[in-house]
Amino acid sequence: MLHDLFFDYTLRTVALGSGLLGLVSGALGTFAVLRRQSLLGDTVSHTALPGIALAFLVTGTKTPLLFLLGAALAGWLGTLLVMGVTRTTRLKSDSAFGIVLSVFFGFGLVLLTFIQKQPNSRQAGLEKFLFGQATALLAGDVLVMAVVGSLLLLTVVIFFKEFKLAAFDHDYGVSLGFPMRAIDILLTSTLVVAVVLGLQTVGVVLMSALIVAPPAAARQWTDRLGRMIWLAAAFGAAAGIAGAVISSTTSRLPTGPVIVLCASGLVLISLAFAPNRGLLWRWARQLRNRRRLMVDAVLLDLLELADQHGDPRHPHRLETLQAMSLRPSSVTGTLADLNARGWVRAEGADGWILTPEGGREARRRREALGGRP
Amino acid sequence: MTSTQIEIQLIAIVVAVACALPGVFLVLRRTAMMSDAISHSILFGIVIAFFVTRDLASPFLIIGAAVTGLLTVVLVELLSRTRLVREDAAIGLVFPVLFSIGVILIARYAGSVHLDTDSVLLGELAFAPFNRLTVGGVDLGPKSLFVMAGILLLSLAFILVFYKELKLSTFDAGLAAALGFAPAALHYALMGIVSVTAVGAFDAVGSVLVVALMIAPPATAYLLTDRLSIMLLLSALVGIVSAELGYWAAHGLDVSIAGSMASAAGLCFLLAYLWAPGRGFIAVARRRRRQRWEFAETMLAIHLHQHEDRPEAAAESREEHLLDHMAWTPRFAREIVARAERNGTLVRRAGALQLTPPGRKLARRALAR
Repeated sequence: MLHDLFFDYTLRTVALGSGLLGLVSGALGTFAVLRRQSLLGDTVSHTALPGIALAFLVTGTKTPLLFLLGAALAGWLGTLLVMGVTRTTRLKSDSAFGIVLSVFFGFGLVLLTFIQKQPNSRQAGLEKFLFGQATALLAGDVLVMAVVGSLLLLTVVIFFKEFKLAAFDHDYGVSLGFPMRAIDILLTSTLVVAVVLGLQTVGVVLMSALIVAPPAAARQWTDRLGRMIWLAAAFGAAAGIAGAVISSTTSRLPTGPVIVLCASGLVLISLAFAPNRGLLWRWARQLRNRRRLMVDAVLLDLLELADQHGDPRHPHRLETLQAMSLRPSSVTGTLADLNARGWVRAEGADGWILTPEGGREARRRREALGGRP
Repeated sequence: MTSTQIEIQLIAIVVAVACALPGVFLVLRRTAMMSDAISHSILFGIVIAFFVTRDLASPFLIIGAAVTGLLTVVLVELLSRTRLVREDAAIGLVFPVLFSIGVILIARYAGSVHLDTDSVLLGELAFAPFNRLTVGGVDLGPKSLFVMAGILLLSLAFILVFYKELKLSTFDAGLAAALGFAPAALHYALMGIVSVTAVGAFDAVGSVLVVALMIAPPATAYLLTDRLSIMLLLSALVGIVSAELGYWAAHGLDVSIAGSMASAAGLCFLLAYLWAPGRGFIAVARRRRRQRWEFAETMLAIHLHQHEDRPEAAAESREEHLLDHMAWTPRFAREIVARAERNGTLVRRAGALQLTPPGRKLARRALAR
């Protein structure tokens, strides 16, 4: 399989193209996800349809580069409309996204059916547009991807500071005198181009996942923008290559969906295992906190009992401690913890006594918590 | 009109109204994109239900797909409740996964059957009348007309019965919860209605255009009214207009009816966006311009008032001085002065501007605020 990845022309091209695509859309998607515009990718990919149809209607040729141009123009117009509608009306971005994507798509459908009725034309490849056809990638397509993708990444490098400002504190940028609206448009335009670039590989519906999934995964591992972009690019590339390779091993396994599933798998792994933010870590932290609180609680309960009884060496029954605790079932385990630290010892069948050291520790903790010494 | 044409229009109208009604609440609750997510992920449900029943006409297909719609909503909520991703990202993560699994299942196992993905996504209204509902040999009409009419009645009943609860939980979820109206249950019920509608409509208009019919008419109505009841009526009306307009445009140009309906809905929205009284683009632009002028005129009055009867009055009230003091362009300054003169708040005397009594009153009133 690894041999094929390097020496099989189709697989090499497809893997390279998908990897590049994942890399670029991951890096640029980072900003969309941070700006709560995750659904922008979905919108752009749908709005591209009338652009492609118009490009064909006007020129009558099926040049991929021309399709890219038409798609990019339509996608760009769509996002400008979304921005305009949310800025000037009381409709929120979700409605604006929904209207623009569905109406543009509907209009594109009208144009496509119109084209199909024209006597001199064959099908304009709607199927390919909707679902993508990674296996049809040619070396030339990959070259276009590489060149355009590099330009996009270069834009991010050049305007990194401005884009960062737009992502995290838009109003601060305005107050500093940055032309934030122009920066918004530039940032969105890079995303439009990235989405259009991927349309013919993974298709309309799944392109939006490539914009969202790698950044969402990367977000879990770091709090720094620069690192997040690198990680998202790496995740995207990994998903692209893995998807291409996996789908090549089995027949009738479409590449686009497999790439999406790979990227989503990375998201799941990140959500579960990422240090600090991940669900597993959060769970472990909760467990640790609960245990620490229980140690304090049982220790202080024993001290309270000893104080009230007057004789510090009188054993107190497990049932008493359980009755005092909010989590009676954890008292036994906590007593074992305390015993291991030498702060309590067992006496008789189910009696427990604070050791002198445990008594000192308990008093210290009670004072630290604001109780009497 | 032939009977087929009438039937197509009837289906189009019923679909449009059935989509517009729940769409009102989606738009108001800011969950419009949930319709996009649901309409895509029901593909998964349709495929699974198809594998179980082996029958594309089975009613279980609708149930299975509706369950998937709810599954999407639950997954999105679970994901955003972890607070590791935001809600928009959660939506963008969940539906492509379900959609991908659906596409893969179709590609691998259903290649030979009539279940292809683009018919789910696009739909073709023109074919809808060919699928008839016959009971005991009697032809009652197109099947999808009955299915959609049933769904329309269901959501109409839901909205009428729970009108008060829906209204409250849409505009003030906190109060609804505090009063014990179970907004979460209502939310899921609403999403269930959206799922069922999306499934019922998908083979007539396709899943992407379901989104158009669910969002565009309510959004249009939202720009025209402040009352929920009127918004519901208006969006149904816009839906009907889009259906009719779309149908006849498609008929004339011989193009996709569903696409044409979506375009017509978009056109309605565009008209409202531009010309809605008080809230449309043009009304807002005009109001902003008027406010700018009024503000500038008041500023001018205040400026003249501050320097009136002082030694510097002669210099400060010269028209050229306004350019650097107020940072106005010459043209704007000229317009403002002309406007103020027309309104009688100042007079021009030997190149200097002088307030009139109404102008003085304007300045004092503005300063007193």
